[in-house]
Amino acid sequence: MKLTAPIAAVGRAAIDQVGDLGNFAVFTAQTFAWIFTDLTRWRLLRPVLYEVGVLSMPVIIFTGAFVGMVLAVQSYFQFDALGRASWSGAVINLSVVKELGPVLAGVMIAGRVGGALAASLGTMKVTEQIDAMRSLGADPIRHLVVPRFVACFVLIPFLTIYCDFVGILGGYFVTWGYGVDTYEYWQHSASVIENWDVFTGVLKSCFFGAAIALISCYKGFQSRMGAEGVGRAATEAFVVSFMAILLLDFFIVLLLQGIYDALWGRVAIFV
Amino acid sequence: MRSGGAWPSLCSRRAENGKTAMTSEAGKPNSKDEAAAGAPPEFLIRLEHVSKRFGRHTVFKDLSLGFRRGETTVVLGASGVGKSVLLKLILGLLEPTRGRIFVDGSEITHLSERQLVPVRKRFGMVFQGAALFDFMTVYENVAFGLKEHTDLPEGDVRRIVKQKLALVDMDGTQNLLPEQLSGGMRKRVGLARAIAMEPEVILYDEPTTGLDPVTADTINDLILRCQRELRTTGIMVTHDMASAFKVGDRLVLLYEGEAIADGRPDEIRRHPDVRVQRFITGNASLTAAPKT
Repeated sequence: MKLTAPIAAVGRAAIDQVGDLGNFAVFTAQTFAWIFTDLTRWRLLRPVLYEVGVLSMPVIIFTGAFVGMVLAVQSYFQFDALGRASWSGAVINLSVVKELGPVLAGVMIAGRVGGALAASLGTMKVTEQIDAMRSLGADPIRHLVVPRFVACFVLIPFLTIYCDFVGILGGYFVTWGYGVDTYEYWQHSASVIENWDVFTGVLKSCFFGAAIALISCYKGFQSRMGAEGVGRAATEAFVVSFMAILLLDFFIVLLLQGIYDALWGRVAIFV
Repeated sequence: MRSGGAWPSLCSRRAENGKTAMTSEAGKPNSKDEAAAGAPPEFLIRLEHVSKRFGRHTVFKDLSLGFRRGETTVVLGASGVGKSVLLKLILGLLEPTRGRIFVDGSEITHLSERQLVPVRKRFGMVFQGAALFDFMTVYENVAFGLKEHTDLPEGDVRRIVKQKLALVDMDGTQNLLPEQLSGGMRKRVGLARAIAMEPEVILYDEPTTGLDPVTADTINDLILRCQRELRTTGIMVTHDMASAFKVGDRLVLLYEGEAIADGRPDEIRRHPDVRVQRFITGNASLTAAPKT
């Protein structure tokens, strides 16, 4: 019996994980079913839009600005050593628009919004508010999850664009401080960055937003009793959302790169 | 009091059944939906050989219990005995591990959330901590069910909310948030929310727990007032004996997952089982039931 105990424990854990994945799939399907059969009401959506959009702005601006500035410091010295300091603009802005803007905006929102969503829904669960909603014949997914999902899905792309914009400005001001010629800086940036690059960054952020909302709401709904249970739900929401962002980023980039290659062929940035 | 809907028929059914025949007998097994048979079933709500487990923890082993329409049944039991679980099973918020649950003769045991909606509209539940939606005002909380299930104009909803809040002495608090209310006030608003849709059955989950004796008695009076004015079937779970004897037409004592006593308050007071006497007197050292 003792010899088989570790195997049984691994088996139990695997079954729990598979079961959890199944529950998450059902949860996601129910969310989509409500979106398509009964569009979320403005009354329910408005406060969540404010929470997700307006209240996230300071964090996004701070993140975007410092990402751009740090990239500028790092890249300026490398390019300056090659005698091509103005080329740093292309690298900074391409990195911000394609990768760092969407991913870091997603991560910051996973921390700020995802944690808050899981904590608020977890608190509603442990204080029986979700049961109360069900007892009144209302579907908590429709009332609580759908507005949050829509808010994240719609607003995170806008927040990402903001993050990109502030990051580009931050990078410019640092390189300008180092004495890089403004015209050449923007000229090189414009010659390298395509609409496709901006599009891929924004498109990725839609998936990040959907993943953050679904994972965080699910974790909130699965919260265990007590303050510890709610705290754990919030932490798990952030960690799992973060992992999902990285995972989605990899596969979306793989897919989009394939599409780009098929449509326009391979293009080198510096020729 | 009622504006229409199912109320007149409920009144007539209640008048036919009256408050007689308070037996300790649980519901009898019945494999068919009783509603289809024509005659109204004896029990409005019936649990048949219900067991409920959470992981390795068994709450109910083989519980059979019936609740008659028009009657207020108080389910007693120590903390953790499964009183709240019982209410959630009745409302379909939890599914039994085994056994069957009937409401008005129709089995609800394995219904989906959507199928349960019409059943739940017949119920109102007052939660232990009131469970008011903390992101909504008092008005929005009480109006929630009305807005969800009816197309009433806003003016009518306002009038009904005002009426229900007045019934629990909370009119004028419509614009307050739950965080601005005391524990007793929250319970009253919870009661107003539960009766807003004028349900046939009201479930009370420890409505007086955590309240001072005077506020608890006020809540008891409000429950009696609601029962009297709305003439609903009530199921209350509590371990507050003063509340149980004041509100209950019938008392049931749960002990280790089973109903060990079931009868009128005076019958329970004279119950020969020492476990019952320990519970109702609050005397843990009692070794034998007092002779009557």
